[in-house]
Amino acid sequence: MNRDHLRILLPVLSLAILLAAVFYLQPRAMSYFGLNLLFNLAVPVALATIAQMMILMVNDIDLSIGTFVSFCACVTATFVQSDPVIGYAILLAAILVYAGMGAVIHARGLPAIVVTLGMSFFWSGLAILILPSPGGAAPDWLRAMMKAKPPFLPVAIIAPILIGLIMHYFVKRSSLGVLLRGVGGNAQAIERSGWSVLGLKAIAYGIAGLFGVLAGMALVGLTTSADANIALRYTLLSIAGVILGGGEFTGGRVSPIGAVIGALTLTLAASFLSFLHLSSDWQIGAQGAILILVLAVRLVFTRREALA
Amino acid sequence: MTFKTMLLGVIAGTVIVASGHAMADTADKRIAFSNNYAGNSWRQAMLESWEKVAGAAAKNGTVAAADAFTTSENQATEQAAQIQNMILQGYDAIVIDAASPTAINGAIREACDAGIIVVSFDGIVTEPCAWRIAVDFKQMGRDQIKYLEKRYPDGGNLLEIRGLAGVFVDDEISAGIHEGVEGTKFKIVGSVHGDWAQDVAQKAVAGILPSLPEIAGVVTQGGDGYGAAQAFAAANRPTPTIIMGNRQDELKWWSEQNAKNGYETTSLSIAPGVSTLAFWVAQQILDGADVAKDLTVPILRVDQGDLEKMLKSTPEGSVANVEYSLDDAKNLIKSTK
Repeated sequence: MNRDHLRILLPVLSLAILLAAVFYLQPRAMSYFGLNLLFNLAVPVALATIAQMMILMVNDIDLSIGTFVSFCACVTATFVQSDPVIGYAILLAAILVYAGMGAVIHARGLPAIVVTLGMSFFWSGLAILILPSPGGAAPDWLRAMMKAKPPFLPVAIIAPILIGLIMHYFVKRSSLGVLLRGVGGNAQAIERSGWSVLGLKAIAYGIAGLFGVLAGMALVGLTTSADANIALRYTLLSIAGVILGGGEFTGGRVSPIGAVIGALTLTLAASFLSFLHLSSDWQIGAQGAILILVLAVRLVFTRREALA
Repeated sequence: MTFKTMLLGVIAGTVIVASGHAMADTADKRIAFSNNYAGNSWRQAMLESWEKVAGAAAKNGTVAAADAFTTSENQATEQAAQIQNMILQGYDAIVIDAASPTAINGAIREACDAGIIVVSFDGIVTEPCAWRIAVDFKQMGRDQIKYLEKRYPDGGNLLEIRGLAGVFVDDEISAGIHEGVEGTKFKIVGSVHGDWAQDVAQKAVAGILPSLPEIAGVVTQGGDGYGAAQAFAAANRPTPTIIMGNRQDELKWWSEQNAKNGYETTSLSIAPGVSTLAFWVAQQILDGADVAKDLTVPILRVDQGDLEKMLKSTPEGSVANVEYSLDDAKNLIKSTK
């Protein structure tokens, strides 16, 4: 078992333990229908978590992902539904803005935390401009896709598996993935060996933007309509998801499969607490406690690793 | 099986069916309450009312359970997950105060598809399969003018205090006020935003007062009447008829003024106990009653006659409240048919 395996073991274990607890508390969840209800809202969270992972991978952090997903949800529920051409053009432009943001952050040596915080107001303002009052409608194909009932496994399970595997091969196996991780790990080394860190950062941010767009679309497919504040929670959820899944704030050390599992774990933790009939006053605290517990266990693991 | 035992069985069966009807058909039904926010006095009072009325109904067997859940953050995605959890928990009806009129529609659709009755109130949802108990904010605006017309048949100047700019509720109440004023002898000579907060309202009114002629009445949105009164007093101007919004500080000020100089006004708002109305409506739907999809929340109005009683029952810093009974719900359902 190498380090990567060990790194992924903990998120898998915590998800399994939580899932077992949920099944014990609510046996009804142990069905096709139940699993779908339990996890379908985790799909957009998982996509947003992958977006955040791309940014953390190049040693930055994105505080605008929540408002960006909200913005994409608003565009999807309005333009994509009524004038698809304009709608997709807006979403494409948004991805380019993301890529541009990455380039500017690198070129001017700006702190990503400040730039993305500023951009979060930009996206939030645009979202309100597009959809001043909650409403809009999901495009039919999107709704059908998110509501589809494939045999054996619900969409809510298939989608995270697909997202995790595809990103795993991209980040861990493709040469571009290796370069991107290199940017986060040691940007100077990458620069010296003749690669353009500026271009690579733009690519990383662009991919993050792409996943933000996908998250917004998936979310609208589930909710059927949008709201300018629909995904504000995703900013912190996505960061927590990446870290919970074995990623680290020091760039280059991320695990896509772990990140997806982290997103599922966070969603499940909330359900677990509500099945426990825990009072809402305690829920945020309890959610935090679960997070700290998992991270504490990880610390024990990594210490051992370092000593060994 | 002899004829005798068969007969006995039939009799026993009839008795069970008959007694079941006599009690309630909802004795085995479980109702959940999905609430999106608990961070102000109105919401706290709302949850207390639910606990009091729905909790008692669960205890005496009218329903099997009436559990309240509040999301830890006021977020639509979280509430959608909460509703999906309720579906899994097998509730028969879900009462909702929604974080967004649209963003939890998907989850509500899932609930309806699972055969669950969904009743939304206060924060209502647009999904057609759900019932809505909505507040008619325009009516709140029109009612204020109606009262002032009675007090001032010859009309006069009005000052309007609005709520938080850009919020749906503010637009609606204001539209109702302006609709009401049309065709009367009243004239709105000034309009400020009080943000539903006494201190903001006081500052805003104090700022506009020097430029205004004599004011006969102040139309408000609730949570701003006491501040307006303070501004008039500070400017040494005669106190106009200020419509109040059922807040305890407003009712207390009104009662004091009434004792001092016979000051009279009226006060209206939505009672937090509307959660109990939603509970009974859900119970009635489960019981098989034919209920229209769109109902309107009655406005709780405090007039001079019941001021003292209301003031006494309203805790400091809170809002005047009533809990609704099963009969109130039945009347509402009947009147909307």
